[in-house]
Amino acid sequence: MTRDEEPSVAPADDPRPTPAVDRRRFVEDALKACAAGCPLILAVMRLPAAAAQRPAGEAAYDPAEHLYGMGIDIQKCIGCGRCVAACKAENDVPLDGYHFNTWVERYVIDEDGDVTVDSPNGGFDGFPPPAAESEIRRTFFVPKLCNHCANPPCVQVCPVGATFSTPDGVVLVDEQYCIGCRYCIQACPYGARWFHPTKHVAAKCTLCYHRLVKGLVPACVEVCPTGARIFGEVEQRPTPLARFMRMNDVQVLKPHLNTRPKVYYANLDGEVR
Amino acid sequence: MQGYIYPNEFELQWSLLIVLYPYITGLVAGAFILASLERVFNVKEVQPTYRLALLTALAFLLVAPLPLQAHLGHPERSYEIFLTPNRKSAMAMFGFVYAWYLTVVLLLEIWFEYRKDMVLWAREAVGWRRWLYYGLTLGATDLSDPSLKFDDAAGRWITVIGIPSAFLLHGYVGFIFGSVKANPWWSSVLMPVVFLFSAIVSGIALVLILYVVISLFRSRPVDMRCLDKLASFLFYAMIVDVSLEMLDFVHRLYESEESIDILSQMIESRLFISLIVLQLVLGTLIPLGFLGVFSPALHRGLARGSDELRRLIYLMSAVLVEIGIFSIRWNVVIGGQLFSKSLRGLTVYKVELLGLEGLATTLVLLALPFVILWVLVKVLPPWEEPAGLRRLDGV
Ligand code: SF4
Ligand code: SF4
Repeated sequence: MTRDEEPSVAPADDPRPTPAVDRRRFVEDALKACAAGCPLILAVMRLPAAAAQRPAGEAAYDPAEHLYGMGIDIQKCIGCGRCVAACKAENDVPLDGYHFNTWVERYVIDEDGDVTVDSPNGGFDGFPPPAAESEIRRTFFVPKLCNHCANPPCVQVCPVGATFSTPDGVVLVDEQYCIGCRYCIQACPYGARWFHPTKHVAAKCTLCYHRLVKGLVPACVEVCPTGARIFGEVEQRPTPLARFMRMNDVQVLKPHLNTRPKVYYANLDGEVR
Repeated sequence: MQGYIYPNEFELQWSLLIVLYPYITGLVAGAFILASLERVFNVKEVQPTYRLALLTALAFLLVAPLPLQAHLGHPERSYEIFLTPNRKSAMAMFGFVYAWYLTVVLLLEIWFEYRKDMVLWAREAVGWRRWLYYGLTLGATDLSDPSLKFDDAAGRWITVIGIPSAFLLHGYVGFIFGSVKANPWWSSVLMPVVFLFSAIVSGIALVLILYVVISLFRSRPVDMRCLDKLASFLFYAMIVDVSLEMLDFVHRLYESEESIDILSQMIESRLFISLIVLQLVLGTLIPLGFLGVFSPALHRGLARGSDELRRLIYLMSAVLVEIGIFSIRWNVVIGGQLFSKSLRGLTVYKVELLGLEGLATTLVLLALPFVILWVLVKVLPPWEEPAGLRRLDGV
């Protein structure tokens, strides 16, 4: 299927009839879906079942053995927004429209080449049909999240070292330590950070680190119905991400800034920033 | 809001308080550099403002960290900047640059400058004032010739160290913004230099205003030679400052990077009042014109005008300059957050009235240095009060 034929609206089988769906119920649904999908995806991931179930997994976890990243296949994303909802539920992100660890953008490019981008409520409720005035040439969804940059400007600027890179390649914030100066939010070129309204510290995607150490994949990866998000090791290991990177031309966002992102996009359009 | 902005960008992170911070540090650096002119380059004309400039710098420096502190999400953890600074962070160095400047440069210089007077005041005063001055001398009450010479030499050396320190203090504030590569409005090597020269401009203007206003209240005559000199310095500094900003502007236009569209949109809409009207026209062109015509900076002044008229024009220009420099800080700090890093949209900033980061706090923080300065001037009068001292000197 070429991109031109892709549906320009949220698919008809979207379980949520209106954007005004009861959020609470939806989160419950999402969690259920997440629970149901879990074993399946794990099987696909070929993670040893033992690792997934090991209750004392954390003790045996060695961060030096891993280097995580994420792949995103833009052609597969249908803009359902389940990842956004799952992330908010999993990571206790405020349910308003201004704080997101991950969000989904919709690009609509019309016949004149004019680009319209939107992300209503971060894509949490899916997308209403585009208000296109002229013919749509192509349209696609782009999930965004922290790129867990290998050369992260956010870590560089933090005055106290509250933001740091883990040995397994995840960029985290120590909320017991952050003084709330928000320099890191300014320094992130991707708008991936936000300021926690009640904890008064910087917050961001953790790649669900609490799940990783148990051998689980991030919540957004787990709930994605189309497998648009691919999680795994960046360096040659037999993981889905390695295969994804072998099989696709992958690109990163804003490469000229030399942040060296570890979120890799396949089929990325030049309009995406 | 207009166009597309990342959802996390709806909230502006750095508010009015962060506009205040570079504004205040700029005044500190500027006032100090003005004082240094007299000391190191022996510009006799501005001598009447020397001590006033030092005290002004101190008063503002004491307030400088407050807006930062008030802005933090966890102010109670701010000491971590000293204990565990991240050496790669530009901001982490703030504490050290600040401490160096406050203690090694300003306090020491003021102390050496005032030591002789403090000893004399201690001898003259009675009651608690006597103990206050005695305490301030730190017990160094020797007024012999060699020790006074030493004061002078020490003061001079500290000034020599102080000038690069003042450059460091404010250039560094510019670096905090200029080094953010994620933000095309901030990211520029010129930023520290532009900050520095605008700081010098604001410092000179402030001392000029204070000098005129204080003289008025003390009903003492204003030394017009001093004022003319200040006005000329102000003019020269503004010329350099404007040239640098023009260079930055032309460079951006000429390079025309991908951000140029959204930035021009921002200037035409969101920043029109603060950048074009306040910063450029009111804060730069008008005062430049007046100073160029009336101050002796160009050719002994194109039009001379009476002392009275010049005083008024200088005062008005200096006030306009202060408004202009505040707008510069606003345009940098707030402007840098009004456009999305997706380069696809603009957001808005509404100043809140009350609240910790609101207008009220800002006004209080802006007034505070003047209160401190008032106390400082009471304790350490920056002008020669000949009567009592001369009597003592004669003893
Ligand atoms: S995407 Fe932003 S928050 Fe994430 S590591 Fe890179 S700079 Fe830091
Ligand atoms: S907000 Fe917190 S994590 Fe971010 S730079 Fe400041 S102290 Fe570091």
